[in-house]
Amino acid sequence: MKLLARLIVRDLSLMAGRPGEWLMPLLFFLLVAILLPFAIGPDAALLARLAPGILWLGALLASLMPVATLFATDAADGTLDQLMARGVATETLATSRVLALWVGFGGPLLVAAPLAAMLLNFEMGRLLLLLPGLIAGALGLSALAVLAASVTLGARGGGGLVALLVVPLAIPMLLFGSRPDEAGSLGLAVSAALMLAAVAPFAAGAALRASRS
Amino acid sequence: MAAPDLHAFANPLRFQRLAVALTPWLLVLGIGFLAVGIGIGLFVAPPDYLQGEVVRILYIHVPAAWFALGGYLGMALAALAALVWKHPLAALSVRAIAPVGAMFAAICLITGSIWGRPTWGTWWVWDGRLTSMLVLFLLYLGVMALIHLHDDKAKGLKMAGLLAIVGTVNLPIIKYSVEWWNTLHQPASIRVSGSSIHPDMLTPLMLSAVGFLLLFAGLVFIRMRTLIAEQRVEVRALRRAARTG
Repeated sequence: MKLLARLIVRDLSLMAGRPGEWLMPLLFFLLVAILLPFAIGPDAALLARLAPGILWLGALLASLMPVATLFATDAADGTLDQLMARGVATETLATSRVLALWVGFGGPLLVAAPLAAMLLNFEMGRLLLLLPGLIAGALGLSALAVLAASVTLGARGGGGLVALLVVPLAIPMLLFGSRPDEAGSLGLAVSAALMLAAVAPFAAGAALRASRS
Repeated sequence: MAAPDLHAFANPLRFQRLAVALTPWLLVLGIGFLAVGIGIGLFVAPPDYLQGEVVRILYIHVPAAWFALGGYLGMALAALAALVWKHPLAALSVRAIAPVGAMFAAICLITGSIWGRPTWGTWWVWDGRLTSMLVLFLLYLGVMALIHLHDDKAKGLKMAGLLAIVGTVNLPIIKYSVEWWNTLHQPASIRVSGSSIHPDMLTPLMLSAVGFLLLFAGLVFIRMRTLIAEQRVEVRALRRAARTG
């Protein structure tokens, strides 16, 4: 537990030094909300209707951005091998990355969501219904990002492929998460996210081991 | 314990012998069952009282959907076996199954779309079953792409296997999508407790399903043999290169 906490702190302080992992996704998320009115026109009612889906879509696409650097530098400078040689389970490394990304990616997203909602004329009352799903979704998306980063670690030019790996698995969350007004959909979105968060660290851990062999 | 029996077939040479003997049978019987099933379905089975003649596409659509799903489950189980028991052929069969399953998923999507145009009045609708079948197709593509992304083939196979295993969370969603959303796609008519399809239609459907299953197995065997042969060619080329130095 103590080890996990220290790894999370390490991952978070590394993230703080890499704006590509937290600032770029945040800006990308806002950019989606800013561009939508240009694409479909400034019809306030229509924007409000599209807002939940757009917020989710922005979060999903933004979560693809940190994938490329998540493990690549640790693998390149030998940190990953050092930690593994010390007997740290790769599953622990993957779990700490998921949780750190949840804070480092989900946190800024949470701050940006009210701003994006305002831009899209989305009422704050309905945003409060959407946010719990988005918070859980950020955990699920972080888990998928870590999974995608670990299975493509050491591969050449995996950048374009990451979307193909992440998107199919993220669709259940997107589907239920973006319908905050429908009864029961929040529960399904949260359970889809928790399922991914539970499974992904084990798969990512195995993939990290395989990539160092 | 089943483990020793499993490993008896882990020997590529023994598997090769078995596959060589079985493949023609699987293909001939598969095509035979498929021809009879689809023949009865097209010319003998009655048209649907509601859908008319269009219903006949179901003799291809439904089995393709079944084995696209079943194939994915098989691929994930093979990936698990490769991971847990380091079964060499299991890892190879992940690579052998993926394109065949993807093809079945594509057949299911295309025939469903052709059927949907006259029946529902649209080529595509974002209904739960259709969407999750598309997701299954994308998962197959992801697995196939990941295998070739890594220079080290064994590594690529392992990574793709892990992705395939995680992807199984999608299978229950496909199965229950029809009950959860209940939009356009009809719920299952064939259940363990019995079928609501008339025997005149059920018989060709089952014959065609057996045909699809045998063809699936036959195609996977052919691909397995190709992949084993590829490996041996590589090993031989390496050995020759080492000898001539």
